[in-house]
Amino acid sequence: MSSNQRPAGQAPATAPAPAMAPAADPAPEPGPVAGAAALVRMQGVTKSFGSFTAVESVDLDLRAGEFFSLLGPSGCGKSTLLRMIAGFEEPTRGTIAIDGRPMAEVAPNRRPTNMVFQSYAIFPHLNVADNIAFGLRSPGQSLSRTEIAARVDEMLATVGLGGLGQRGANELSGGQRQRVALARALILRPKVLLLDEPLSALDKKLREQMQIELRRLQRQVGITFLMVTHDQYEAMTISDRCGVMFGGRLAQVASPKELYQRPVTRQVAEFIGGINFLSGRVSARDAESASVEVKGFGTVTMPTEPAIPAAGGQITLGLRPERFYLAPERPAETEVAAAATVEDFAFYGETIHYYLRLDGYDAPVIAAVTNFQRAAHFAPGDRLFAGFRGRALVALP
Amino acid sequence: MMRRLASGVLPIYALLYLAFLYLPILFLPLFSFNDSKILAFPMSGFTTKWYAALGHETQLLNALGNSIIVGLFSTVFATAIGSLTARAITRYRFPLRRSSQALQMAPLVMPEVIVAVSLLIMFLSLGLSLSLFTVALAHVLVTIPYSISIMTSAFEQFDDSLEEAAIDLGEGEWGALRRVTLPVVAPGIVSSLLVGFTVSFDEFIMAFFLTGTEPTLPVYIWSQVRFPAKLPIVLALGTLLILASLALLLAAEYFRRRSLRLSAVQEGVPIA
Ligand SMILES: Nc1ncnc2c1ncn2[C@@H]1O[C@H](COP(=O)(O)OP(=O)(O)OP(=O)(O)O)[C@@H](O)[C@H]1O
Ligand SMILES: [Mg+2]
Repeated sequence: MSSNQRPAGQAPATAPAPAMAPAADPAPEPGPVAGAAALVRMQGVTKSFGSFTAVESVDLDLRAGEFFSLLGPSGCGKSTLLRMIAGFEEPTRGTIAIDGRPMAEVAPNRRPTNMVFQSYAIFPHLNVADNIAFGLRSPGQSLSRTEIAARVDEMLATVGLGGLGQRGANELSGGQRQRVALARALILRPKVLLLDEPLSALDKKLREQMQIELRRLQRQVGITFLMVTHDQYEAMTISDRCGVMFGGRLAQVASPKELYQRPVTRQVAEFIGGINFLSGRVSARDAESASVEVKGFGTVTMPTEPAIPAAGGQITLGLRPERFYLAPERPAETEVAAAATVEDFAFYGETIHYYLRLDGYDAPVIAAVTNFQRAAHFAPGDRLFAGFRGRALVALP
Repeated sequence: MMRRLASGVLPIYALLYLAFLYLPILFLPLFSFNDSKILAFPMSGFTTKWYAALGHETQLLNALGNSIIVGLFSTVFATAIGSLTARAITRYRFPLRRSSQALQMAPLVMPEVIVAVSLLIMFLSLGLSLSLFTVALAHVLVTIPYSISIMTSAFEQFDDSLEEAAIDLGEGEWGALRRVTLPVVAPGIVSSLLVGFTVSFDEFIMAFFLTGTEPTLPVYIWSQVRFPAKLPIVLALGTLLILASLALLLAAEYFRRRSLRLSAVQEGVPIA
């Protein structure tokens, strides 16, 4: 795409993305980003339908040029939030500003946003080219026929539909319809592109392919993408940052890596991949590190986090399955280990999940090991040692 | 055993049923080409003179014109009202939505004579003199249920996010209606117009009660059946009308299917 297609004042696609921030940066950043950097700023946004509150006090800033995903279980209010930004729903309370301009009085057809609908909403009576040109023929646009044709051709090429302009809307495959919906929204060069579960109607293979393409397209056009999804893997592979919602509230906003490694609540930890919950008691804590006695394992040292209470306090610790080391003997490379019995296992190809019975725990814990590891293969009933290092633990409130 | 029996009897039953339905209609074209004023077998010879005579029947042609005027007026009016009602029913949730839908369908099942007499009393007490206009108003009433049911099914297929998409792409409410909603449901509208016209064109009881000095075609035909000399001409006319109705209904069906096909584009996609 030529550079003139990039909206003025938009950060170029090469701007450093938050996902590439050094992993050492421990500060979580759920709060608003500083000053003018926020392209979309939501403050205290609440939406009630009658007595039911679908979205509750959401504060969220989107940065220019980032790919942001809103993630959460069905019915948590993701679409409602998106529709408030688009202008299809009015916030009951709170404000939404885009590029510093409050949106309260701005009608949906005047907002610098465009939307890719979950059903794609391809106009069935128009062919591909006319679908894509639709917005260029809306009131307030003054483009000549040749300009429109040129823009449409360029857009067709951008989304990989070159030569299909004359196809009828009902002669398209699922992936092609998705591209038409994208092209139709992007051709208006919005400041923010809103995508409501854009890939959920596609089969798995096509979905994975389109994830990569969405990401490529977003980098190419440099437009801020706000995507709603309930698939955590999709959100993590695609986005610079993710927001996780539960019951209308935004629980955490962070990069995918941080979301996975430093979830702030049990709910987030469980929603983003598998996790084991171990219980522990803090035996000592200073500004740098804390000693925690993990039930059934022993005492480990971990970096101090806000969620760690003072010495003597009880704590829930999260441990990702792949952070376990399994060995027939007590493993040397881990701080602590406990004897366990293999209850069952699940073979996933690249990894194997073991369900381990630990002394003192009611539910089995899950340990994931890479298939090619020498010590990876155990059978149900085998006795083994499961160990981990202190820094693998996440303190959860 | 039962099934064998059923498979033997059912086709015969179906044939008899079809014969019962359509044989009387077949007599119409048959006798319209008969070279005699007496409607009885054996037929005397082939002729097209009754068809030729149609052109000279000025009163009949006037009645035909009246029917067309009434038909056009009532179907356009009923389709407009029916479309708006159907949109409200399919789009909005409001109290008594179900019962209002039932109420709108009532004219379909109420005895037409009763409705006709009621309308007659109402028009007279309003001081409206009987004319084609009163007939047309009554026909709007009987046509609306057809229009509502056709347009409801058209709008049920309509994905509301299409309208939102149009607005999202910069169109106003009216622009969205003009550029998206109407074109997408257009086949339904055409189908409703055709069916409405056919219903009005065929309607007799209301027209009989509410016609002033200018009869519609069915009323005129009824008045002519008493004169045996005119009967073959009426048969010729009837034959033409059946063909025209058939053409209209086939066209309506074509557009109805087209509207289903158009909206099939939206099928197979989970709705948010
Ligand atoms: N117009 C409405 N009237 C009443 N309730 C509504 C309306 N729109 C949404 N809701 C409710 O608000 C809640 C959030 O809906 P929303 O569509 O935002 O969920 P979501 O997170 O997008 O879910 P999904 O993943 O299933 O699409 C749901 O419980 C829904 O029933
Ligand atoms: Mg949704």
